[in-house]
Amino acid sequence: MATTKLGFVVTRPGYKSENPKLALTHAIASQSVEIYLKDGDIVTADIAFIGDGVLNCIKGQKAVENYDLNSTESHVKMALLLDLNVLVCKEDLERFGMTESDIVIDAPEFGADMEVKVVPYSEISQMMEEMNHLLFF
Amino acid sequence: MGKLTIGCFASLVGSTNLDFAVKLSAAAMEKGHKVDLWVSGNGTMISIKDQRAFKDYSSLEKPLKELMAKGLNVTACEACAESRGYHHDNTLEGVKRFSMDWYLGSCFDADRVLHIGGE
Repeated sequence: MATTKLGFVVTRPGYKSENPKLALTHAIASQSVEIYLKDGDIVTADIAFIGDGVLNCIKGQKAVENYDLNSTESHVKMALLLDLNVLVCKEDLERFGMTESDIVIDAPEFGADMEVKVVPYSEISQMMEEMNHLLFF
Repeated sequence: MGKLTIGCFASLVGSTNLDFAVKLSAAAMEKGHKVDLWVSGNGTMISIKDQRAFKDYSSLEKPLKELMAKGLNVTACEACAESRGYHHDNTLEGVKRFSMDWYLGSCFDADRVLHIGGE
């Protein structure tokens, strides 16, 4: 039995590139990776939004209405439903004049128990050090 | 010898990131390492067959075929490919197509993972 920890670090804003959404969909794929592994082996996915990437977490996104696309917000909520650890950099939020009230924190309508954690960059850095591999998007 | 997993999300034309990923794969295999190459997003463009080589555009079909013949394991994200109209019947022979969990499965036992994001 072994565990490989993957850290998905999102640095780019949403909708101008595919990267943030691909980060989330790949992280969510950690829930079905067992078909490629031996019994007992697992892959975990932690997600961190830093820099311009924090803009992906703004709540009230209208991607369905404007583009007929699932919003990045809904993918964040799906990640919470699947109990993934989602971190948002506090300093970078503040750089945009934003607070926790501006971003998606929970997803009760999805039935999610997990919440987004707004943390200082030092905690994100610590999380990254704990990972086996980091993937920057 | 080790295992290297490379994920590349950049397009075949427009950047040289896929060129780099293929060259790095070749270098690693030359040293005896096993290499998995995952392409997703615009990176799935490399999986299309019958690429026409021009000097002004990257064309990786030939080196990719040569490397796959030597054991390079290339897999494209099926959803990313299908969304772009890259279907099974125009996929380069030897390129596999799976969902995103394949990439994570490859990362599981990789000694190193190099992730190259898209544009």
